Amino acid sequence: MPVKILIRYGEIALKGKNRRFFEDFLLQNLKQTVRGSAAQIVRLRGRFLAIAPEKERDKIISRLSRVFGVVSLSAVQPAALELPAIQAAAAALVQDLAPEAPLTFKVEARRSNKSFPLTSPEINRLVGAYILEMIPHLRVDVHNPALRLSIEIGQEEAFLYHDRHSGPGGLPVGVTGKGLLLLSGGIDSPVAGWMAMKRGLAVEAVHFHSFPFTGRRSQEKAADLCRALALYAGEIPLHMVSVTAIQKEIRSRCPEELGILLLRRMMLRAAEKIARRRGLEALITGESLGQVASQTLESMAVIGGASGMLILRPLLGLDKHEIVDRARAVGTYAISIRPFEDCCTLFVPKHPATRPSPKRVEEAEAALDIGGLLEEALAGAELEFIKE
Amino acid sequence: MEEIYLDNSATTRPYDDVIELMGRVHRDTFGNPSSPHGRGLEAERLLKEARRAVAAVLGGAADELYFTSGGTEANNLAVLGAAYRHRRRGSHLVTTSIEHPSVLNCYRRLEEEGFQVSYLPVDSDGYISLEELRNLMGKETILVSVIHVNNEIGTVQPVDQIGALIKERNPHTLYHVDGVQSFAKMPVNPRRWQADLFSCSAHKIHGPKGVGALWVKENSLLQPLMRGGEQEGGLRPGTENVAGIAGFGRAAGLTFERQERDAAHMHGLKQKLYWGLREAGLKVELNGPAPEHCAPHIINLSFPGIKAEILLHALENDLIYTSPGSACHSRRPEPSHVLKAIGLGEERLSGALRFSFAAFNTAEEIDRVIGRCLEAVRAFGAGSLSGPF
Repeated sequence: MPVKILIRYGEIALKGKNRRFFEDFLLQNLKQTVRGSAAQIVRLRGRFLAIAPEKERDKIISRLSRVFGVVSLSAVQPAALELPAIQAAAAALVQDLAPEAPLTFKVEARRSNKSFPLTSPEINRLVGAYILEMIPHLRVDVHNPALRLSIEIGQEEAFLYHDRHSGPGGLPVGVTGKGLLLLSGGIDSPVAGWMAMKRGLAVEAVHFHSFPFTGRRSQEKAADLCRALALYAGEIPLHMVSVTAIQKEIRSRCPEELGILLLRRMMLRAAEKIARRRGLEALITGESLGQVASQTLESMAVIGGASGMLILRPLLGLDKHEIVDRARAVGTYAISIRPFEDCCTLFVPKHPATRPSPKRVEEAEAALDIGGLLEEALAGAELEFIKE
Repeated sequence: MEEIYLDNSATTRPYDDVIELMGRVHRDTFGNPSSPHGRGLEAERLLKEARRAVAAVLGGAADELYFTSGGTEANNLAVLGAAYRHRRRGSHLVTTSIEHPSVLNCYRRLEEEGFQVSYLPVDSDGYISLEELRNLMGKETILVSVIHVNNEIGTVQPVDQIGALIKERNPHTLYHVDGVQSFAKMPVNPRRWQADLFSCSAHKIHGPKGVGALWVKENSLLQPLMRGGEQEGGLRPGTENVAGIAGFGRAAGLTFERQERDAAHMHGLKQKLYWGLREAGLKVELNGPAPEHCAPHIINLSFPGIKAEILLHALENDLIYTSPGSACHSRRPEPSHVLKAIGLGEERLSGALRFSFAAFNTAEEIDRVIGRCLEAVRAFGAGSLSGPF
């Protein structure tokens, strides 16, 4: 028998006139998430329902619980909209869960279909009493029950359930727009991407590498990070751009202590060009204030000044350990700590500038053919669509 | 662009004949060699044939050979199996400081378990000192392990003299030779070396991965590391990897048959690479013994002014595959224990690249490699940038 999974969403229900728009996005994302399986998604009033074969139950629940916009999920037992059917289903469900040992329980009914003839307290009482009659060793405890049996009276049928898996919350991916994530191989940037997606951005990623100074495995790492993020978004387009030539030019023409800064400015310019070409509206970085030399307020201002595009820094308010915790929870941490260099770790100057003046940076950049270097780097860019 | 594979000490391309044979065995001879029926018998016959082929390379008898899952397991079985079996006779063990991790880490484990282990140092070419070995050994010494051909620098230890010395000092000491890099590519004769244990692996000689063997001199007793059925005399239980073992036998036969010709060919390529690089103006430095003394298929060179990984990646961009002589990167430097043992300094460690050859390689390939090394050092080496690197 197929299993039915009730999908609840929160924030998007509050959005007034936009509600339908948000729901449509979420429905589309839910459908995308279960594509390739036999599961189907159905729209109910204020809920969605996934219907999947029993053998896919765990897989579908785990996938749905990663869809942004979903607040929680429950595998439900359907029953016809009549008290005896609901009572029988409730007793069967409790019987399965409490074969022998004494157990306390509570019935919590919720009637969204007001045409059902009984009120919620009446349902609680009648179903509770029936269960006690059928399974005498149980006891009711309304304050601290071991088992909460929930009953939702819907438009066409009733749903009974006792477990609840939490979803990530947030907004459906794509609903707020599209952004380009600057993805290094580190711990921070994938988390930044995840947080941007959580607020409804559809994300593409760009990874800058400096082959042969960095190996193929560091590019593979970026792809693996996208694969981990794709679990939340379906698919992530990944742009691979070599900055080897740019790094060499910076090295040979500019002051050493400005190296990283100038490189990052070039990366932002390249990212902006990709974003405009792809119709993306913002850049997303993993910067957090004050972590390293290039993340002082002055450095951030100088780096960010290279682009005229909106730059989102979702990690700004987080401490390092919070970022690490989040990376573990998201599932990117183990990939991020693989020991392959990204193009910045190889080129760290001994004494990086921490308070660069915009004027010095502009003077240093005068030695570079910025347009030509960007054009060359982007001409060699590769685009790969990374799926889970 | 044709690919040039010069990482044959890591693994080799299997012979077509081996691949074809293994496919056939998987399809047609799928029986369990332990089964009493005809299907079992035909599989068992393949094992016997392979055992004879591998034993022939060693100049030994087929019943002294135990198939394993590879060189690592053969080394584990030799070292741990001998130490555990003979611990009542003594607790002193000897090995060298340039063993493969599959030997070295077994000794480290035994050390943790209370054995006393002596690690023989090596000179700048990677040779151990016989004198030191003589001094270290005593009547408490139950096992000595020596790597015949070192996998990183190609040093060939005088395993015959080492064997004579060990048996002269203590006839009860077991002598284990790790022959993974030399087996079938060079003359090997553990019995003549007075060895008791010899490990080898299929995928280093154009056979499949996941198969190896331990040769055990008759009457040498080992403690099995796994418990199970009676396969391989109970020393290595588990249903045999019939196709892999058959492939191993075929690869051993083919490699052995061409041994002299191929060794001369690889030796020529190695000399050509070394001298070609130097004539091209690259001041490469040799890590390990002179090319004429070391194993025919391995050469380890330090390129000045460029990190080995950068050169490796530049070469791989032209489909030339090599190996970093020393796994090392900026976040967690872990220089090779072998290169450290021969006394290399920081710069030579980070610039060390290993080239390892197979019979498939050609002189034209080496010309291209020399040219590409030169270009890569120019493009990405210290001289390519005016700033500090």
